[in-house]
Amino acid sequence: MAKAADILLEARKMTIWRGDNLLMDEVDVQLVAGSIVQIQGTNGSGKTTLLRALVGLAEFDEGEVFWCGQPFLKVRDSLYSELLYLGHKPGISPGLTPLENLKALCPELDADCRSKVESVLAELGIADRIDLPSAALSAGQKRRIALARLRLQAARLWVLDEPLTSLDANGYEWVRQQIQAQVERGGAVVFTTHQTLSFGALVVQSIVLGDQA
Amino acid sequence: MTMPANSRRPDVGLANLFARVYRRDLTLAVRSAGQWLNTLLFFVIVVSLFPLGIGANLQTLQTIAPGIVWVSALLSMMLSLDSLFEHDFRDGTLEQFVVSGQPLSVIVIAKILAHWTTGGLPLVLLSPLLGLVMQLPEGGYGVLLLSLLIGTLALSFIGGIGAALIVSVVQGGVLLSLLVLPLTVPVLIFGSGAVTSAGMGLDSSMQVSVLTAILALSASLAPLAMAGALRVGVAAGL
Repeated sequence: MAKAADILLEARKMTIWRGDNLLMDEVDVQLVAGSIVQIQGTNGSGKTTLLRALVGLAEFDEGEVFWCGQPFLKVRDSLYSELLYLGHKPGISPGLTPLENLKALCPELDADCRSKVESVLAELGIADRIDLPSAALSAGQKRRIALARLRLQAARLWVLDEPLTSLDANGYEWVRQQIQAQVERGGAVVFTTHQTLSFGALVVQSIVLGDQA
Repeated sequence: MTMPANSRRPDVGLANLFARVYRRDLTLAVRSAGQWLNTLLFFVIVVSLFPLGIGANLQTLQTIAPGIVWVSALLSMMLSLDSLFEHDFRDGTLEQFVVSGQPLSVIVIAKILAHWTTGGLPLVLLSPLLGLVMQLPEGGYGVLLLSLLIGTLALSFIGGIGAALIVSVVQGGVLLSLLVLPLTVPVLIFGSGAVTSAGMGLDSSMQVSVLTAILALSASLAPLAMAGALRVGVAAGL
C-alpha cells in the first residue's frame, strides 16, 4: 500500500452503466507518483471510458475521483494544470499547420517556440512537415504531432489513450522512452494499448476490464 | 531539453490566451473562406430578393426595410453559429481546451469574437448597401450600422450558448434554432425598432440603449454558460 502523500490520482469504486449494460463494476485505480498503470481489456470493455472518467471527460454512475487526496470537483483546475491527456481524437485541426496546432494545444509555449517545436518534431521524424497543413498528413503523422506534446508540456499526470495507434516501430520506441523518462522524473502515467510495451525494471501495474476480470 | 515533471506550467495570462485562441480561429476561418462567405451571401441574397418579390413600391419597401435587413441578419448569424464548436469538437481540440486548465470562458469569448469578426462584422459593413436596395430613408443608415454592430455581437453570444449546448448532438441545427430563436427576439425587436425610429426622424437612443444592455448581459453571462455546456457536452459525447 502506497503512502497517502504519494498518491496523485485515485478513483474508488468506479461504476459505469451505458444504457442497460454494466460497463464496469467498482473498479479502483490508484496512481502513485513514479508509477505506470496500464488499462487492459477487449474492444468495448470501457478502457477509453474509464480513462475519460478519470479526468472528468465522461460521466460515471458511482464512484469518486481524487486528485492529491482532494475530491475531483474541488480541485479540477489544479488537476488540469498538471495533466496531459491524449485522447482517441488527436486534437489536430486539419486547417492548421503542426506548429499552429501545437501552439493552440500548449498555450504556455511562447511566441518564438518554433525551434523547440522543430527539434521535437525532428525526433519524431516529421520536422519537414512543420508548415504543411495538417490535412495533408497521414494518421500516424497526426498522432506524432499530438505526441510531441509529451516533450513540450510539463505535466505530472499523463493519461494516454492508445498512444501507439497508427505508429511504426520507431514511434513505439520513442513513446516508450518518453513514458520511462516521465516515470523517472516522478510523474505518473496511465495508458491503454493493445501492443506490448516493456519498461525494463519498471513495474507496470495493470488493470483488466471486461470479461477476463 | 529537460523538463522537471513537478514544476507547474508557466502562467499564460488571460490576454495572451485570448490572443492565441482568437488568432487561431481567425486563421482557420480565413483558410476556409467558404464558411463565412456563405453567411454573407445568404444575407445579401435574401435582402435583395425582397424588392424583386414585392415590386419597387417605394412606400412599402421603406416601411419594411428595417425589419427585412434585421431579420436577414439574424437568420444569417444563426446559420453560421451552427458550426461554431462543431469542428473543434470533432477533431478533439475542444476536449483539449476543456482539460487544458486554462479558463474555458476566456477561450469561448475568443472563439465567439473570432467568429463574429468573420461572420458578423462583414454583415454590418455591408448593411448600408442593402439598406439602399431596400430604399431605407436617409436618416436610418447610421443607426442601422450601430444597431447591427451591437446586435450581431449580442446574437453571437446568445447563439453561442445554443451552439455549446448542442455540441455533442448529431445534426443539432434544428435544435439550435428552437433553443436560440426565442432568446433573440428582443434583439430583433429593439434593433429593427431603432432603425425604424431613426428612419422616421425620431430619436432611437432608447432602443439602442436597450440593445447595449442586452449585449452587456449576454457578453457577461453567456461565456460562463457556454463553458459549463461545453464541459457537459464533451463528457456526454462518448
